[in-house]
Amino acid sequence: MILARVLGNVVATQKNSRYGNARIMLVQPINPDGAPRGASMLALDSVDAGEGDIVIVVQEGWSASTASTGEAGAAIDSAIIGVVDSIEQDTRKM
Amino acid sequence: MQLARVIGNVVSTVKNASLEGRKLLIIQILDSDLLPVGKPLVAIDSVGAGAGELVFWCRGKEASFALDGAEAPTDCTIVGIVDSESHVKSIGKKGATKGDHK
Repeated sequence: MILARVLGNVVATQKNSRYGNARIMLVQPINPDGAPRGASMLALDSVDAGEGDIVIVVQEGWSASTASTGEAGAAIDSAIIGVVDSIEQDTRKM
Repeated sequence: MQLARVIGNVVSTVKNASLEGRKLLIIQILDSDLLPVGKPLVAIDSVGAGAGELVFWCRGKEASFALDGAEAPTDCTIVGIVDSESHVKSIGKKGATKGDHK
């Protein structure tokens, strides 16, 4: 799983029918310190995340499909599966 | 999934049997400001997308689930068409996304 910040959502009328009513969220992957990492991506919402939330995104098809639509086997490669309350990070050098 | 713009199409007569009748499009991946990132990809269309449209695509094995036969050899399938650019709700707000945790 990765951490990401929710930037907003995307509205699409014409989409794969298996997506159902799940919201399509635009998220920016981040480091634990909150800094953006890499390109933004889309993930289906399964936890009612909102704009500005820091979330946990799973990037594996079976999990993403099951979490967001209730069934496996849909063309979904990532889903939001949790909203982060806080992050504690050991800042000592490894 | 990621946002992308359809920037062209590919014609291929001889291809895997499970891809017959499928449209191959060239897409450019976009970031949240709808600016290009990375190199263009060849994607299979599953929703009737056309040139210039803003779409989103699915990567990996799951990409083949959008097609009738789950065995279709694809790792990049267009799975939705964004209604309009104003429907990408974060446009212009990227600067506000940096900063601390909540």
